[in-house]
Formats: sequence, C-alpha cells, structure tokens
Amino acid sequence: MAIEINGTVSDAEPRPGQCLRTFLREQGNTGVKKGCDGGDCGACTVHVDGTPVHSCIYPAVRAEGHAVTTIEGLASAAGGTELHPVQEQFMQRQGFQCGFCTAGMVMTAATFDDEQKENLPRNLKGNLCRCTGYRAIADAVCGDAGHPDPAGQGSGIAGPGQPDPEPGQLGDDVPAPASRAVVTGAARYTLDVPADQLQGLLHLKILRSPHAHARVLSIDTEAALKIPGVVAVFTSRDAPEQLFSTAQHELFTDDPDDTRVLDDIVRFRGQRVAAVVAETVAAAEAGVRALRVEYQELPAVFSPQDALLPGAPLVHGDKDATGSRISRPDRNVVAELHSELGSVAEGFAAADFIHEQTYRTQRVQHVALETHAAIASVDAEGRLQVRTSSQVPFLVRRTLCRLYGLDEDQVHLVAGRVGGGFGGKQEVLTEDLVALAALKLKRPVQLELTRTEQFTATTTRHPFTIKLKAGAAKDGTLTALELDVVTNTGAYGNHGPGVMFHGCGESLAVYNCANKKVDAHSVYTNTVPAGAFRGYGLSQMIFAIESAMDELAAGIGMDPLEFRRRNMVREGDRMLSTQPDPEEDVHYGSYGLDQCLDLVRDALDRGKERYRDAGLDDLGPDWMVGDGAALSMIDTVPPRGHFAHSHVRLLPDGTYQADVGTAEFGNGTTTVHAQLAATALSTEASKVVVRQSDTDLVEHDTGAFGSAGTVVAGKATLAAAEELAVRIRAFAAGIRQTQASACVLDGDAVVIDGTPVSLAELAQQAAEAGVELAAEGRWGGTPRSVAFNVHGFRVAVNRGTGELKILQSVQAADAGVVVNPRQCRGQIEGGIAQAIGAALYEEVVVDDAGKVTTDILRQYHIPTFADVPRSEVYFADTNDKMGPLGAKSMSESPFNPVAPALANAIRNATGVRFASLPIARDRIYVGLKEAGLVPKLEHVLS
Amino acid sequence: MDMNTIEAVVRTTDPAQWRDGDAWLAGGTVLFSYGSYAFGPEPLKRLLDLGEAGWEPVTVTDDGIELAATCTIAQLYSLPGSPEVSGRTWPALDLVRPCCDSFVASFKVWNMSTVGGNVCTSLPAGPMISLCAGLDGTATILAPGGTSRTVPVAEFVTGDAQNCLAPGELLRSIHLPASALSSRVAFRRLSLSNLGRSGVLLIGRLDGGTSLVLTVTAATKRPVQLRFDGLPDADRLAESIGAAIPTDLYHDDIHGLPAWRRDMTYRLAEEIRAELTAPAGETGLRVSGDFWPPAHRGTDARQISAQQEGA
Repeated sequence: MAIEINGTVSDAEPRPGQCLRTFLREQGNTGVKKGCDGGDCGACTVHVDGTPVHSCIYPAVRAEGHAVTTIEGLASAAGGTELHPVQEQFMQRQGFQCGFCTAGMVMTAATFDDEQKENLPRNLKGNLCRCTGYRAIADAVCGDAGHPDPAGQGSGIAGPGQPDPEPGQLGDDVPAPASRAVVTGAARYTLDVPADQLQGLLHLKILRSPHAHARVLSIDTEAALKIPGVVAVFTSRDAPEQLFSTAQHELFTDDPDDTRVLDDIVRFRGQRVAAVVAETVAAAEAGVRALRVEYQELPAVFSPQDALLPGAPLVHGDKDATGSRISRPDRNVVAELHSELGSVAEGFAAADFIHEQTYRTQRVQHVALETHAAIASVDAEGRLQVRTSSQVPFLVRRTLCRLYGLDEDQVHLVAGRVGGGFGGKQEVLTEDLVALAALKLKRPVQLELTRTEQFTATTTRHPFTIKLKAGAAKDGTLTALELDVVTNTGAYGNHGPGVMFHGCGESLAVYNCANKKVDAHSVYTNTVPAGAFRGYGLSQMIFAIESAMDELAAGIGMDPLEFRRRNMVREGDRMLSTQPDPEEDVHYGSYGLDQCLDLVRDALDRGKERYRDAGLDDLGPDWMVGDGAALSMIDTVPPRGHFAHSHVRLLPDGTYQADVGTAEFGNGTTTVHAQLAATALSTEASKVVVRQSDTDLVEHDTGAFGSAGTVVAGKATLAAAEELAVRIRAFAAGIRQTQASACVLDGDAVVIDGTPVSLAELAQQAAEAGVELAAEGRWGGTPRSVAFNVHGFRVAVNRGTGELKILQSVQAADAGVVVNPRQCRGQIEGGIAQAIGAALYEEVVVDDAGKVTTDILRQYHIPTFADVPRSEVYFADTNDKMGPLGAKSMSESPFNPVAPALANAIRNATGVRFASLPIARDRIYVGLKEAGLVPKLEHVLS
Repeated sequence: MDMNTIEAVVRTTDPAQWRDGDAWLAGGTVLFSYGSYAFGPEPLKRLLDLGEAGWEPVTVTDDGIELAATCTIAQLYSLPGSPEVSGRTWPALDLVRPCCDSFVASFKVWNMSTVGGNVCTSLPAGPMISLCAGLDGTATILAPGGTSRTVPVAEFVTGDAQNCLAPGELLRSIHLPASALSSRVAFRRLSLSNLGRSGVLLIGRLDGGTSLVLTVTAATKRPVQLRFDGLPDADRLAESIGAAIPTDLYHDDIHGLPAWRRDMTYRLAEEIRAELTAPAGETGLRVSGDFWPPAHRGTDARQISAQQEGA
C-alpha cells in the first residue's frame, strides 16, 4: 500500500525503522522540519488523514494506505486557495522569527476549532518556539490584532519624538521579506537542498568519547570499513595538526588555540574521536558502532573550583601558554583579570550596609530549533563549497582556510536561512569535519547533529560563580563593589576569555562607584565546552550585580529603583568597569536609561492598580505577592573591530538589490536592511531585494553576533544606499543636463525638474552609457554607543508548594530610533521568554562522571506557550548619534535583566534571596522552608 | 527519529514470535523518540507491530472498563461523555481527562501513543500508570506459549523505567473495575513548569463512600498505594505515608527535588483527604497545581489569573 503525500501517491517505500519525517523529506517535502526528532518540539507536524501528528515519532510504515498532508500541501488540501487562512494570519501577524518552527505551528493551528483556540497554553504546548516568546504566535493563531495593529499607520509605540514612518521605511512595521516562504515551508534552511543538487551525497556520523579525559591509544577501523556503504573513517591521523578555536571572532587571536579537528586526547565526554562517512546515515551509524577504540583514561576534573586547586588534573597541560594564548595552562586558567579602581577597603569602611553573597548561574543551552548542520563539496573548479547553519560564514571561511591551507578564493561559504542562533552558531562545530571529508573524498558530505549531540557536545552558556561583596551608605551611595568571578569554560577555551571580560564590563560600568575590584578566572574543566551565548557573560554578571543592588537598597531601607537612580551612570559619566579609563570608542550616542526606569516603574504601578480594580489583588493566604526590577547596559557593538561590507545596485527593472554579509536567523536584519536602504533611496522596503550570508557576494562581514546586524552591517548598507542615491541623482542630472539638486528620488522614479523618470528607464540609459548604478558601503564597528534595558515583574509565590506565577512582565528598552517596532518588540519578547527559561527551568546537568544527563528536550524544559507571560514592551525615546538613522542594537540585551528582575520580585514577595539559577519551584519551596515560611501542614486547610 | 538498526517490521500479536532484539510497537511514540537504543546498549533489530491487532480499544461492561493496550490516549480522552459510558454512574471517570492532560506530550502525540505504551515505559510520571493504578486496574499479560497472567497495575511498575514484564511478554489490556469507577475521587498534581511533566501526582478514592485509597505516583520511583479503613485523620494519613514511602523511594531527577516531592506528597495527600472528607461538590477547597480537575471547574479567581499567566 502506497503513501499519498499532498494528493499524490508516492511510489517510494519506507524503510522498516524509518520515521515519517525523514520519509517525507526524502520525497522532497523539506518544509517538514527536525527540531528534536523525539516528539517534543512539533516542528515536524503533519496531518495523516487530517489528524495532526508529530512525524518524527510516527512509524513511516504506518502511513501506508493513508493520506499525508505537509505544509507544502496544506493550502490545496483546504480547498486549493493560494494560502491556508492560518498561513495568511502567520504572515499578517508575523508569527515567527527564524521560522523553523512555523510549519509545525501552522499545521497544528490549522486543525484548531474555536474551543482549542481558547486554550493555547494546552493546545500549543507541543510546539516549541525559541525566538518569539509566543505572543506573535498567539496573535497569528487567533487572528487577533497584532501589536501594533498592522493595518494602522505606524506603531505609536516608538516614542512621540520619533519620526512618523513613511511606508516601507524607517519606523514602519515592514513584514519580513521571507514571510511567504516561511509560512509555506518553501524557505530553504541549511539542509533543505533538493536531492538532485547533491548527487552522490555522503553522510558523516561521529564517534564520541565515552570518557571525560582520555588518551586515544588506537582506533581499529577494519570492521567499520567492511560495512557496506561505509566510504571512509577519519581519525586524528587525518586531521591537521593546526590548533584552532571553535569560537569565531574577527581576530582569531581573541580565543586560545587549544582544539584539533580530531584529537588523540579527548577532554570531555562527547568529544569527537572519529568520523565515519558513508552512503547513508544508517551505514555511517553502523560504521561508528563498529569502531574499536582503545583508551587510556586520564584523571579528570569537573568543577572550576577543583580545577584551580594545586595538583588538579590539567586539561591542557600539554599546551604552550604563549603559543596557544592560554593564561596558565599549568593551573587550568584560560584567562584572568585582576583590577581595582579606588580602594574597596575604603569603600567598605564608608558603608553603612554590606551585602555578601555567592551567586551562581548554571549551564544553559541555546536550543536553536535548527541543529548544527553543514554540507561540503568540491566543485568542478576544485573550489570548496560549504553550506552551513552559521551566524558567521565569513569567519568560518577564514578558519577553514587556516586549517586546510587554502586561499580564501578557494572556499565559498553560504548560510541559507538559519533556524536560530543565540550565539551557538558563532562556532565551527560541523564545517571543519565536512570540509575535511569532502576535500579528501571529492564528494558532497553532510553532517547533521542530533538534538542529543547539541546538548552533549556543542556549547553552553558559561556557568559563573560570583562571590560578591558590595557596600552602600545610608544616603544611597554605592560605596564599594568587589567581585570574585570564576567561569567554567569547559574542556575548551572557545569564547572563554571574551565572555569573562565582557561579563565584567558593562555590568559594572553602568554604576558610578569609586571603588570597584574584580578578580576573575576563566577555568578549564573536563566538561562540555561553554561558548558564546546571548548576552555574552553579561546575563550572568548582571544576575549577581542587580540582585545585590536590591539587597543593598533593602539594607539601607531605600526603594530599589531609587537606589539605582542615584548610582547609575548618567549621560556624560565615565563608564568604568576594570580599567582606570573608559573604553576609548564607547560613547553616549544616546541615553535612555532614566526613561526606561520610569517606564517600568509606571507600568508596574498601573499593573498593581489593574489587579486591584479587578478584585484580583488578593490571591489568598497561600500566595505572597511582590514586584522587582533590574537594569542592564550593553555596548552596541563588540570591541576590537567588527566589519561589514554592503553592495547596493539598481536593477534593470527599477528595483534595488542589496548584497550584505550578515546572516538572517530570525533576528530580522533582512527587513531592517531593506528598510534602511529604502529610507536612503526614498522607496519602500519591498523594492529592495536583500541577498545575504554568501562569501561571494561581498568582501567581508565579521558576522551576526554582538547584536551587530543592525548597527554595523546596517550602517554599511545605509552608507551604500546613500551613496547610490547620490549616484542615481548625479546620473539623472547628467543625462538631463540639470543640477543634481533638481533630481529627487521618489519611489520607483527620479523626479527631474518636476518630471518623473522611471528608475527602470534610468537603469536602461545607464546600461547603454556603460555606467553601473551601484555603490558600496563599509563600516568598521567603531565608535560605539550604549543601549539599555530595564525589566520589571510582579509575581506571586505559593508558600506551600513553591509555585511561581508571573502576574506582570514589563520591559522598557532604549533601542534608539526603532527601525521596525513590531520586529524589535519581537526581539524583546523573545529575549524575555528565553531568559525566563534560563531563570526558572533550564539547566544542562553534568553528572559526577562528566556526562550530560539532560540530553533531550523532555529533560531540558524550554518555555512552552504555557510558561510565557504576555509582556508589556516600551521604548525609550532616543536618537543615537552612532547607529544607522539613530538606531541601536536590540537583540541579545533584552535577555540580560530578566533573571535578576525575577529574583528581585521573588525576594520582594518572600524576603528570601535566591542566588542560584534556575529558581525552579522545588528550589523555591526548599528556600522558603529553610526560611521558616512554609506553613505547617495542619494549617494547609483553613 | 529513524531507527536505523531495524531490519524488519513484523505484524503480530503473538509473544511466541518474540526474540532478542525485538520490541513491541504500539503507537511508536516512545520507541521512535528514543531510537534504536531505547532499551539499553544493544540496538533493536525488529519491531513487532501491534498496529493491526484489531483489539477493541475500549470495552465497557457492568464489570468495568477494559482498555486495550493499544487504546490511544486520544481514544481514552474521548471516553468520558461518550455513548459507551452514558448512563453509568462512575464518578471516577472524572480522572480520565486530568490524567491525559498530565502528559507533557501534546494532544497530537495522543493520536498515536497508547495506554499500554505509557504503562510499559514505566516512568514515574507516566499518567496512565497514575490513572490505572489509582483505579485498581489489573493488567493482563500475554506470555510466549499462549499463557497469560494478571498483575495489578500498581505492582506492574517496579521502579524508574522498570516493570514486571519478562522478555517477550506483552501487555494485552487493563481492566478498571466498576467498583473503583463508582467511587468518588480526587486528583492533585504539581509540576515544575506550567502544564509540564508531573513531579507529584496523587489520586484519592473513596471506596464505598467511606474508605480512602490513596495512590502516589510521579513523586515516587514506582506507584505507592495506601488503603485505609475509613477516612484517616491528618496525623494518621501523614504517619501512613511516612511508613509506606521511605526517603529513597522519592524520585530524584530534573523534574523535582526529592525533598520537594516528599513534602508535596504530604501536602497533596492532605488536600485530597480534606476534599473527600467534605461533602461532594463543596467549594472553597484549596487545590494546588496548575489545573483543576474538570469536575471542579469554576470561575475562581485562581483560574482567571492562571489564564492571564499564559501568553
């Protein structure tokens, strides 16, 4: 019995153990996505005879004799219209960011009746989205008016002093250009390449270390190579000797060279030992199973505190400190920082209240819905072609060139649409291996990590242990801030130094305090490596410092926000963290922190009134209610150079094409770039086609990290568009023998002395004259500005069970001029949701033997629809002098103040300080019990 | 995920067909979620497919309800209020939907996953274990050689992911007796996240209107049942829990600290005792957890705020 797919009977037969998901993808239905492959995330949702199922856990053989509908066939199955109504709504309400979960969301929501729409927390809990925070999805599913109303003129939420948006330009809620492709499943992510374009594709699977620290003595590949379909096995003998770092920065010297593509020493459980390449995934897996490896186990160390002790096992004791750029390999220290501004001893002497606490942040994982994946091949010209899920294609190219001795023009990197990043894709974790295999085998090779590999063998946020001591005088002066910081970088130092330094930067610099002392160490352990993660060290440090600010305020009896007002930097204040002088290139391009604080305070007050007016302020004796807030600052651009190059040209049909380097992974930069170019060219974003993240398109782009997509790459695109506008007007003036000042760009025409000439006509005349109407723009990422976020919560805590309810969530952001308010709001909502996950639920648990035990999504709970409150989002009214058209960065920073705001609200409600994350309900309960706040059981029922 | 080590899918319900490397395939939602190594270091080689078993999912008689192992969660969820049980005075049917909703898995997964699959996976948080154990369900197990045996569901699960099945044995069905279905029941559940995996799930039953049967699941590595003559007072209830559940029987994993699970077991048990002590339908009860049993659905302020909590 055959399987019918979208109305067509398939002649293919599934393999015995195949799931429906891979079967459908093999038949070309690449809209069916893999987020988890375990039934948890719902990205693979399809209909079987009209019933929604998770195709990754649906035995394909069970579909025989049945009709399957995928996202590609949804509209026609519903009656042959162009788009299903739910697809329309997802487009109209922009119910997506990276879009990787969207097909599953649409397929699920398309089955809802009105009653199911009434209870989305229940009915959408099987569809995980990591980007949006679900508000936009709720609006899309229910067809509710979006925020702002997409039909309205402008948003009204971007500050009264900001310019009225022209349609399709700065300040307008332009929809993402990829919207239609995303909601129809046509958008091509990394592995969504038609099979006929990858003839002879091979699959690579990795044997991973079962030991936390061991020497690989031998690998017997004989049995593996005899397995039908196995083509090759790669071990450390095939790998370049060149040490590198998986971390990707503009300067590779920012990270220690401590990693080999395949090493003969393994330093964490899950590290690559060997790679098997075969005709099928099944054969590659069988090859991995057939490898026989002899290990010599070595002593291992799992906590950074133990690793710092004299005599501790050395993770990289074999490395040369200078050559590898490791601070002290003989003490497991990758990097360290010691500084004192003023004298904390004097500061504490002047304090009326001193707060001492050790704060701890846990390992969390990015859980981008698209796992790491890459395909490499060598083309007919001998050029290495790599398609990968990366935030930094240009840097990956550099790294591949460095590893394999290639010139940059011999390597072509492309990122398709990327299914989420959050910092996790600022690493080389797949590309080096597929490149190695493709270069040797001269055939296309694909590597797709499983969700379990994501958890056990990629990267996490750096766990921080922060011993904090802070003092305040009764008048509200912050007199001293002393921090002893230990970060766990895991088995490799990728991003270890950067995260430590950055963490100790803006988190301290946002406060005026004469006496600041920092001792920080980034430390190796035999655990899964930490890496770049949204916030890049700031979220961890801000959790500690913002918690401490509330404790100090409580200690001196002052309102916590008033205490912050007295101590936070004001425009013009020197921003100091660990150096005696401010960063030379960081300026107050604009300043909106004061506005953000007021916006949050006012919103919390209004929220309290709302509850009171509704008669809901008394939740009963079991519930303790409180509010709290926290602030954060971030430099708008990463330090030490961040480069972008853009190329904008007029096309023959009178529209524009913008080639940019930065990658799109749901951050919305494609929309922003189109809007910036449209503003400069007096047209609409829909007239600007953006092409991106392809190393052949532009010279260089440092990449989409550090929130650089708008403020660095956008600045390059704006410069190119502005220059092109000048050139078009000059050309128009030339052919009509008039002044350029008499030529005005207006939509798809140039008005020359009052007469419109279409751009298409002008383009033709330019072509005839041999003139290319095009321009380039560049930006080097300096000088930089500062952006601010303030978050506030009202919470209720159940004294009997530890349950936590978020009654109100509000964030104010100083994003400068907001290029696209709807999209920016989406970034903030998504950041809040991800941060709520890290604050309340998520933890990558490593056991005593170095094994990650939370290796599937059922063991690592990311927020579902039911967990995320609807947040109020406000923008400060500022206009930045540095950013493009006044804009500032707003991608990673909304994450940063959320965890301490929650901890402060819980503290306000209960009097108990929770200094370790996550603040899960069971830990809240235990904390309340230790504080004597849990009522005796006989009083449970009054 | 693909189970690439599977060489054959064999459609059978005969335990005699079973050999090493085989797994019974019911809905497939567990097997395909964990993959070829679902049951340990040796990969699975064949799936014995129950998909064509043709077992009647739900059979209702005066004796009670017979749930086939292959009854899907979706089929079970639709049972209350269906013609099959109309006219039956079985208040314990109120447990069916809260137990289904206690799955962390989505309603979409319920279209495939089965009652038997959940019981045989034998996780502490398996809500079908809670339901069937809480209603004194009896499992019928088919063995190679054509024999069969019955085991109370409360004893079927013996530990975290452990049960009494011998290799090749097949769970055929679970019988829920009319006597238990006729009882008044109470349900309590807590999770570390909203609508998340159960950390504690307690079911109380008032047999004959007088005697309390308390079934503790999710908090403990295996189900624990306490039976009382009559309704105990608070102290006796607490003492009995202490005697029945040693500290190390509380489950320890990412879904709840043992200390929390322990204290919540006492708390929820006391809430259940109080609920069943009060006349049926009495309002003003404390109900911990993120959802109320449907029987008690009301327009309480708690519910309004719970709805505001969601996005």
